[in-house]
Amino acid sequence: MRLEPRTKVPFVLVILAPIAAIAASFVLCAGLVAWSGASVLEAYGLLLKGALGSGFALSETFARATPLIFTGLAAAIAFKSRFWNIGAEGQLYAGALIITVLGTGMLDLHPGLMIPILVVTSAVAGALMLLGPVLLKIHFGVDEVVTTLLLNFIVLLLVSLLLEGPLKDPMGLGWPQAEPVIEAAELPRLFQGLRLHSGLLLALLFSVIFWIVSIRTTLGYEMRAVGFNQKAARFAGMPVKRVMIITALISGGIAGIAGFSEVAGMKGNLTLDLSPGFGYTGIVVAMLAQLHPLGVIISASFVASIFVGADAMSRSAGVPSYIADVMVSVSLLCMLVSVLLVRFRIRWS
Amino acid sequence: MKRSEIDISEKQPASEVVLRLRGITKVFGSLLANDDITLELKSGEVLALLGENGAGKTTLMNILFGHYVADSGSIEVFGQSIQQGSPHAAIELGIGMVHQHFTLADNLSVLDNVMLGTEPLWSLSSNRRSGRLKLEELGERFGLQVNPNACVAELSIGERQRVEILKALYRNAQILILDEPTAVLTPQETETFFETLKKLVSGGLSLIFISHKMQEVLAISDRVAVLRDGRLVSELKTLGASETELAQAMVGRNIELPERKALIAGESVLKLKSVTVKAEEGRPALSSVSLDICVREIVGIAGVSGNGQTTVADLISGLVEPQSGTVELHGEVVNNFTPRNMLHKKVGRIPEDRHSQGVIGDMTLAENSISECYQQPQFSSYGWQNQLNRQRFAENVVSKFDVRGYSANSPVRLLSGGNMQKLILGRVLSGNPQLILANQPGRGLDVGAVAYVHEQLLAARENGAAILLISEDLEELLQIADRIAVIHRGRLSESFPRESISIAELGLLMTGQQKTPTTNNQSTEANAS
Amino acid sequence: METSFAWLEIFLNASFWVAAVRIATPLIFGTLGEVICERAGVLNLGIEGIMTIGAMVGWMAVYQGAGLWSGVLLAAVCGGVFGLLHAMLTVPLGLSQHVTGIGITLLATSLSSYVYRLILPEVSSPPRIQAFEPLEIPGLSSIPIIGEALFKQTPLTYFAFISVVVVAYVLYRTPVGLAVQMVGENPAAAEAQGLNVTIIRTGAVVCGSAFMAVGGAFLTMSAFNAFFFNMINGRGWICIALVVFASWRPGKALLGALLFAAFDAYQMRLQQLVGAEIPYQIFLMMPYVLSILALIVMSRRVGYPQALMIPYRKGER
Repeated sequence: MRLEPRTKVPFVLVILAPIAAIAASFVLCAGLVAWSGASVLEAYGLLLKGALGSGFALSETFARATPLIFTGLAAAIAFKSRFWNIGAEGQLYAGALIITVLGTGMLDLHPGLMIPILVVTSAVAGALMLLGPVLLKIHFGVDEVVTTLLLNFIVLLLVSLLLEGPLKDPMGLGWPQAEPVIEAAELPRLFQGLRLHSGLLLALLFSVIFWIVSIRTTLGYEMRAVGFNQKAARFAGMPVKRVMIITALISGGIAGIAGFSEVAGMKGNLTLDLSPGFGYTGIVVAMLAQLHPLGVIISASFVASIFVGADAMSRSAGVPSYIADVMVSVSLLCMLVSVLLVRFRIRWS
Repeated sequence: MKRSEIDISEKQPASEVVLRLRGITKVFGSLLANDDITLELKSGEVLALLGENGAGKTTLMNILFGHYVADSGSIEVFGQSIQQGSPHAAIELGIGMVHQHFTLADNLSVLDNVMLGTEPLWSLSSNRRSGRLKLEELGERFGLQVNPNACVAELSIGERQRVEILKALYRNAQILILDEPTAVLTPQETETFFETLKKLVSGGLSLIFISHKMQEVLAISDRVAVLRDGRLVSELKTLGASETELAQAMVGRNIELPERKALIAGESVLKLKSVTVKAEEGRPALSSVSLDICVREIVGIAGVSGNGQTTVADLISGLVEPQSGTVELHGEVVNNFTPRNMLHKKVGRIPEDRHSQGVIGDMTLAENSISECYQQPQFSSYGWQNQLNRQRFAENVVSKFDVRGYSANSPVRLLSGGNMQKLILGRVLSGNPQLILANQPGRGLDVGAVAYVHEQLLAARENGAAILLISEDLEELLQIADRIAVIHRGRLSESFPRESISIAELGLLMTGQQKTPTTNNQSTEANAS
Repeated sequence: METSFAWLEIFLNASFWVAAVRIATPLIFGTLGEVICERAGVLNLGIEGIMTIGAMVGWMAVYQGAGLWSGVLLAAVCGGVFGLLHAMLTVPLGLSQHVTGIGITLLATSLSSYVYRLILPEVSSPPRIQAFEPLEIPGLSSIPIIGEALFKQTPLTYFAFISVVVVAYVLYRTPVGLAVQMVGENPAAAEAQGLNVTIIRTGAVVCGSAFMAVGGAFLTMSAFNAFFFNMINGRGWICIALVVFASWRPGKALLGALLFAAFDAYQMRLQQLVGAEIPYQIFLMMPYVLSILALIVMSRRVGYPQALMIPYRKGER
């Protein structure tokens, strides 16, 4: 077997790749669904209905997609520069932590000022989380995968420590949770009675901004060059280290904003289960989008719909909701293969 | 080397056919790498496979050795037809191959490298004692002594080549394929190497010797097969063949040598004064290197690869800084060794490895054409890229430097080696550099592209540039350089005008021996200062 | 009672050393497995998930009535299957080892949770099984401290020690071990000697993954006797750091795992000693902080397999 690079990749194939991967994941997971005793078609029908079937379902799906757009974007930006940031989970919590400190009363400004400040500070907190790993990578050659992964655990323990100590809500009946953020810090809901909040608009805005940065600006040019061929970029006189640090900071920053959006828009306060693995799922979102900033929006919506749909399916068909995690990870692996098939032609001989 | 001394054709009557290739055809994408090649190797014979870069020699041998599978055609070894696509099958039938890029693991011992795959994979122990004995015995018999316990990383290039040959002999190879074996050797080492080959032939082996150097082919082979554009264009007895005849067959067209005007060099552009650079991983050291290059002058650095050429190139490219000594450009001492500062000081750099250093394969021609000047105001203002100017610039480079095949918006990885080099040349020359570093600019290119590169370098020289040409190809250096210096183990010899030095003398310098003092006052003075 | 030497007395307590060896066991299996994979040139970030599936499968098998050793075997087989999946994607197809590994971890972890929930939909507190009992080695176990620490352990711990010896022997003293080293150092050389790089790399990853899964199974069958979600809790990632710390050598991997476990056991006892003065989370952070420090300290050392993370595509020009 040999892989032969295609000289011309038809655009149709690029679009088709994620669709094929998702279809494959549905087919592959059918066996697992059947094992639970449910009818596969019925279960998938329930999943679809639960995700998209009503205004409420759509609101839930896009509310779930919001943090995934942020973390997906964070992964896409880093991966494009071949910087393997697997620490979006920790960066998200770092962002959530800082706005819990600032937003529960320490700062009380007009929302028009308060929210931008919180966005920036949560981004700074997330970015700082990645500063260590990127500097270690540049100066000591320490693999960032392991450092960012381990930092996730450290941050979560730190959050737990603070939630049982200084940040503990006195009204929280002993649960390790923080006080809710004040009204001025809240991200407004988009529709009356639905959980969908304006964090989504923020996520869309960042996707578009990053897309423009990537294709139109000098920084984007440098980031792509460093990602594709670091050695050649260095030879051509590009500030490789600086670009890598900037990339890492942007990536971590965007993941940090996810923490802000979840606390200020969705949950209202910081808890230990603020993120059910949004950071890790962001990697899947980024890969499904083929690291395209706008593609992230679509793939995050898809992944969110599986999660939301699976919850509904689990309630009515008795399939454990973990099926969503299985489907999402299967679609990641399928996506890797289908992207390969887009770039290469397999020759058997 | 003189032919009569090494000629072995008369010693053994070539008779029985040991290897037969029939109608081998191989296509890579749109490239016809091998076109219906039929070839025979007789017992005890040295068959030379001659051809330019890209003529299909290596592909053919890789098919023979099982790295590739031919699209059509068959191979017979000792009358047995061979299962294609399996090096294992080839080895079993007694074929051994010495690859151009050695296939050795640096962190393992010589014995490990040799014994790999010789024992049944699932045996519970490895009989290293008998392996060591056999290796030592083989080394004795063929004059290929190497310490079996040495780590490959510690060995010299010549020793590594010996290990490669021993690997094949250890497995009782009867047919040995040598892919460009002399490319990494000095002329003197090559002579010793040819002695070894003679011993191998008298030991009963049949050899296929792949080369693009005609003198070597004439010196060592019994028969020559010439490949051109994937086809076997000529097959003849070495005895009675002439260099011109072979050259004609190999190139198939007349390549005009670029015209080289006699010019008078001007003031100094680059001056290295006892520059010392510490060795690092993958980069050999430089000790007290001095060099002077003037306006309208090409200075060549010759040497066997791995002796510090990379370090000189990295220094001029701004990738490494010296520990002591000074580098002066136009009389000013350079303090800031970064690629950007070197570009700023009007140094143009043609890197050794086009794919890994020269271009960013997944970006377009246009994006690559400005990779060294993208931050200049016409391409970047307030952080935004001016795509119109970039496009115009790229189209200009593409048409001016004759980059063919793809539009400015195609990814560069699709370009052929020659066109990629033209693009790099265009990028470098568009910056009107005053000093040009050309590191192996002709490596891996076909004759036409090499001539184009030389023509451009000579034109730049005429326009007043100073050029540092690093090459392992002595002919290239003698063709276009004004002065040549030789690098050996991080030390650079004084430079000699091309007229006053011969290939043999360069060869001696490449092994570290001193050239006997000549009346070469000008350059000795320059060096003494 | 507050004595200034209490922190030192911990070391004199045999139960500390027993705990250290017990904590080390899953790390030894995981690190050993990862060493095998990386020696063959394949980074296996699926380790976290593979340990999870090993933990779940081994426990579940016993819970459903299988014997303890059958449970271990089944865990190893399941680990091997995920290793095979990782190898198929990264070796012949040459996909990014980073992303594929993360994908394997996500898949194996979620699949463990799904299957567990499917088979036990109702349980709220995880049921326990009759797990491996400590096995005293007569004579040796009566040596003070050392004897208790090394020779009063469960069979899987002995198995871990034996595995280290076997893997080291195979790697350095047999043809197949040489082949594994060679495909991790220079796959082209292995191929030129007639070896099949794809098969050797795949085999190494499958075998290494099986070890990882046994490491996971130790947790549910020899330590906690029950399966919890997220019970691997970063142990896999710590093993990745330990591989670097061990310079890719099985013997040093053993040493590294023991050293690391000793720290972990020590901090737990120190935690009891200082009580609530220092929040317990600080102590729980120590293993992760320690791993990062180990990576930094060892980062300058060379000796990693030259072809690590570089896919080999046969006949690529």
